[in-house]
Amino acid sequence: MSEAWHHFIAGDLVALLSCTLAVVTCGVLGSYLVLKRESLMGDAISHAVLPGLVVAFMISQSRAPVPMFIGAGIAAGLTVLLTMLVRRWGGVEPGAAMGVVFSVMFALGVYLIESEALRDIDLDASCVLYGQVEYLVWWDAPKDPSAYLKLATYTDTDIPPALWALGAIFVIAVAFVAAFFKELRITTFDPQMARAAGIPAWLVQGALVLLVALAVVASFQAIGSILVIAMLICPAATARMLTDRLGTQIMLAGLVAGLCAIAGYFAGAKLPTALGAEHALNIAGMITVVAGLVFGLVCFASPSHGFIARAVRQRRLAERIAIEDLLGLLYRSAEAGETFVPIQPMHAAGMPVARATKLGLVRAEASKLGLTDSGRERAEGLIRRHRLWEGYLVERAGLRPDHVHATAELLEHVDQPAAIPTQSGDLDPHGKAIPPGPETDAESP
Amino acid sequence: MNATTPQLTTSALTAHPEHSAESPLSVHALTVAYHRKPVLWDVDFDVPPASLMAIVGPNGAGKSTLIKACLGLIPAAAGEVEFWGEPLRRARSRIGYVPQRESVDWDFPVSALDVVCMGRYRKVGWLRRVSKTHKAAAMACLERVGMKELSHRQIGKLSGGQQQRVFLARALAQEAELYFMDEPFAGVDAATERAIIGVLRDLQREGKTIICVHHDLQTVGSYFDYALLLNMRVVAVGPTSQTLTQENLVKSYGGRLTLLEQAGEAIAQMGPTR
Amino acid sequence: MNADTTSLLGILQKTIVELPKLFTGQASNTTVVVVASGLFGVAAGLVGVFALLRKRSLTADAIGHATLPGVAGAFIVGTMLGVPVREGPWLLVGAALAGALGAWMIQLIAHRTRLREDAAIGIVLSVFFGVGVVLLGVVQNMESGTQGGLATFIFGHTASMLAADARAMGFIALFVLIVTFVLRKQLTLVCFNDTYARATGWPVQIVDLLLLGLIIVVSVAGLRAVGLLLVVAMITIPPAAARFWSDHLGRIVAISAVIGGVSGSIGTAMSALAPGRPAGAVIVLTAGSLFALSMLCAPRRGIIAGAVGRVRSRVRILTDHTIETLWEHSEEGTSPNIGPVRNLPHGIKGRLVFLLLRVRGYVRSIGDAYMLTPAGLAEGARLNRNHRLWSAYLTTHADIAPSHVDWSVDQVEHVLSDELVQKLERIVELEDAGA
Repeated sequence: MSEAWHHFIAGDLVALLSCTLAVVTCGVLGSYLVLKRESLMGDAISHAVLPGLVVAFMISQSRAPVPMFIGAGIAAGLTVLLTMLVRRWGGVEPGAAMGVVFSVMFALGVYLIESEALRDIDLDASCVLYGQVEYLVWWDAPKDPSAYLKLATYTDTDIPPALWALGAIFVIAVAFVAAFFKELRITTFDPQMARAAGIPAWLVQGALVLLVALAVVASFQAIGSILVIAMLICPAATARMLTDRLGTQIMLAGLVAGLCAIAGYFAGAKLPTALGAEHALNIAGMITVVAGLVFGLVCFASPSHGFIARAVRQRRLAERIAIEDLLGLLYRSAEAGETFVPIQPMHAAGMPVARATKLGLVRAEASKLGLTDSGRERAEGLIRRHRLWEGYLVERAGLRPDHVHATAELLEHVDQPAAIPTQSGDLDPHGKAIPPGPETDAESP
Repeated sequence: MNATTPQLTTSALTAHPEHSAESPLSVHALTVAYHRKPVLWDVDFDVPPASLMAIVGPNGAGKSTLIKACLGLIPAAAGEVEFWGEPLRRARSRIGYVPQRESVDWDFPVSALDVVCMGRYRKVGWLRRVSKTHKAAAMACLERVGMKELSHRQIGKLSGGQQQRVFLARALAQEAELYFMDEPFAGVDAATERAIIGVLRDLQREGKTIICVHHDLQTVGSYFDYALLLNMRVVAVGPTSQTLTQENLVKSYGGRLTLLEQAGEAIAQMGPTR
Repeated sequence: MNADTTSLLGILQKTIVELPKLFTGQASNTTVVVVASGLFGVAAGLVGVFALLRKRSLTADAIGHATLPGVAGAFIVGTMLGVPVREGPWLLVGAALAGALGAWMIQLIAHRTRLREDAAIGIVLSVFFGVGVVLLGVVQNMESGTQGGLATFIFGHTASMLAADARAMGFIALFVLIVTFVLRKQLTLVCFNDTYARATGWPVQIVDLLLLGLIIVVSVAGLRAVGLLLVVAMITIPPAAARFWSDHLGRIVAISAVIGGVSGSIGTAMSALAPGRPAGAVIVLTAGSLFALSMLCAPRRGIIAGAVGRVRSRVRILTDHTIETLWEHSEEGTSPNIGPVRNLPHGIKGRLVFLLLRVRGYVRSIGDAYMLTPAGLAEGARLNRNHRLWSAYLTTHADIAPSHVDWSVDQVEHVLSDELVQKLERIVELEDAGA
């Protein structure tokens, strides 16, 4: 094994794996929090487990995972319970209730952590806040490649226990989500119906919250308890911008989280020194920054829900409406006997003459503009919808004939067959002929 | 009145509620209170089997509360609710529920078919996946409400009426014998309204019982054959034509007469019920 | 002054004695810090009420966390430019700018994407904090090992606070106090009913922005005292606690300000006793205790009062119902052992109800059966009358009645006017005559 590889395995592999496992677990569980609009439950729990951790630490005098998990689990349960109590019995608005509970819990944790008993021990607030991933190293990783095929290598060497804890939580979380996928779906989407059908929503959602708490605790050494929030929310939010299927949402969130972890790790641990900087950057911070950047990017570039896609759709719609208005104008003037209309005023009014020409809907003849066959066909449909709507508004909505034009002018652009009024006569309220529909136009039931 | 003459009266302590095993729902002295204010007060009624019943009443009359209290979604201060003479816990699998459309987040990443499959979850059981048979059953329910073509669309991209149909299909998928529906006709288009009432009548023909919270007095007469007029207490309950009399409507709606006159006309036109 | 500065009371006493000296600039450091923290608490309590009403409590959390990159960034830029950043307002300006940016991004995400405000707050809070942590690492490397004292911004540290910093905090708090006082009408209207405010031409958006601005300023002011992780507590807890004591906005605002001020000054004084303890945590724990006290003990809205009320109303519903049912059977002239009576409570609940009624002297037991005593008969008659009057009221005034009916009153007359009750009585008589 080359020196570089060994260096990587001993110095980085465990840290990288820990970050990735922590972050993917959070990403998977976070989807449910975001969908329930309880993203801040993650926020609350990751703040509020602090006193649980500290008390567990004080009692056991070690950073062994089991007491830590128990302490944090109790603290998380207490937070959820107290929040519910403050909300239900105190009648405090949900967000504020959460704010009250977790900030007091957190303050308690901060207070305890700085107390005399813990002063000289290596648990300080900043390590809980933003992690110490740099300490996750495999000092005695063997140099001989064949050693990695032996089980003993993994049991006898000093692999940081945090990695095992994170691996266990990862497996539990994925197994939980896979096994109870449908229960989670129904209790997240429609808890009332679930309860009415006898599915214990509180149990399923309670288990979810407990898992979030466990993930928070397992992650605190790798990425720090506050940055866990980023991982609970950002990947899930990113996936939310990309898909409309729950299964895809969860897998995508996990995937995004994993990629952020790897990219963030290298951006924090390796990139600065590679660029000639003296020190590496905080890895947990960098993972969060990458997650934030990815979310920002997706906000802009998502094909379905991104800013750009939405702007393009809006522009297309605006363009279509402008072209249809042009076609309508030409059709009406043709009805009045003037098949070709001077272009100049239409240009001046900002009508999309060039675009419509390019689409083959209109053609110019000696500085005048007229409809082509396909243009005429589209205009007929448009005018038909316009006049049908006018008829509908007068007959069914009881509006005066001279008041309906503006409304029909808007509604004419909606061309789904289901949203067009049925024909009741040949003339519109103004006595103009309604162009025939594409076929006999039977109403679809 | 003999209460003025001091006379001792006795009564048995062991009060067994009279069982009405054939009645799908019987409610005895149901009282729900929010702090000191009653929301429902001493509500008492039985629903005959295979009826299509409307719960009608003004805003704040406690209509949704009544349904939710029956289903155990909100605690009752007093009273008893029995389904086929049994408590809720034993009858749960025979009961379907269609909540108000506003009660869920329609932006949720599920398709129409996914939502309908939720109606089968109880039948599928814990830890098992929704099998092809269950999916086919869900699909059949979607078809029944005329939504087969849109089965894979995300629910947020459906119109209000279509969403309501999906909810109805989900209730159908539960294959229950008693359905509670909270305002199934609220904010839906005319075609959906027709489709829904068609399905409800089919269900009734199959011998199932449907209880709907309904807000439109004008259509109560033509849609429902049994009605419960509620205004915190039961004003009247029985076949629609006997329940929705002018007098009863005044009792539950107070002085809003224009509305009542319209409803009265609608009922007059309806003639004797079947 | 030779006040004892090793006890809480001593410090508070000293503070009060030294108050006049604040204006001459001779007060001791502790006094300045205690007074400034108190002012900060008052300001946070004031702004917090409106933030709570506008459901912005957790936005404050995000803003607090978002100030970290501002502080660290200002430090880095300032050091590079050779400005003595630790003195003067530079760090706070950086914090305010970052806080404003965070607030703006929350609005952007919540309004321009499909995500809701909760996710927007979570994203901004955590990503900004992440950026802050990275920048903090850079600062640490620049300063070779220390964090340039920036860590005090995270947890708050009043013991090391200079009098100048405390004065700055006090003045900012005073400024917020004045602005809130001047704008109280506008804030109230917008928080109470924004559609109405908009419809009547109030610049709702501007008032909203102002409120957000106030939240940012308060958060920045509190950085040195409670730290950026816990400023949210001072904006959330006092108003939530005050809410238990009153339904009247003016009083809530006043109580919230008092709770905030008391927590700020007492918390600071307590942490002055044990300089190692993080002041922010002590202040928040003080506020938290006041909250717990309010939630438990407040009259009417408190948990104890509420639970007692609920149990009483449940017992009352059950006993009233039982008495009335028995009375109705007596009215029909039925003999003892009439057989099963529907609707009577049974089982353990029934036993308890009848025990209570026996203790109150309304019911006597004969073997398995129960009967009403004369007092019970009178009570039954009273209940029945109330019941029937309420029913008559419900049917004659159906549209408004449901919001007025209150069965816990002894007599209908306590809620309805005498005139109305007489009318209802006539209706009941007519019904009896008809039946």
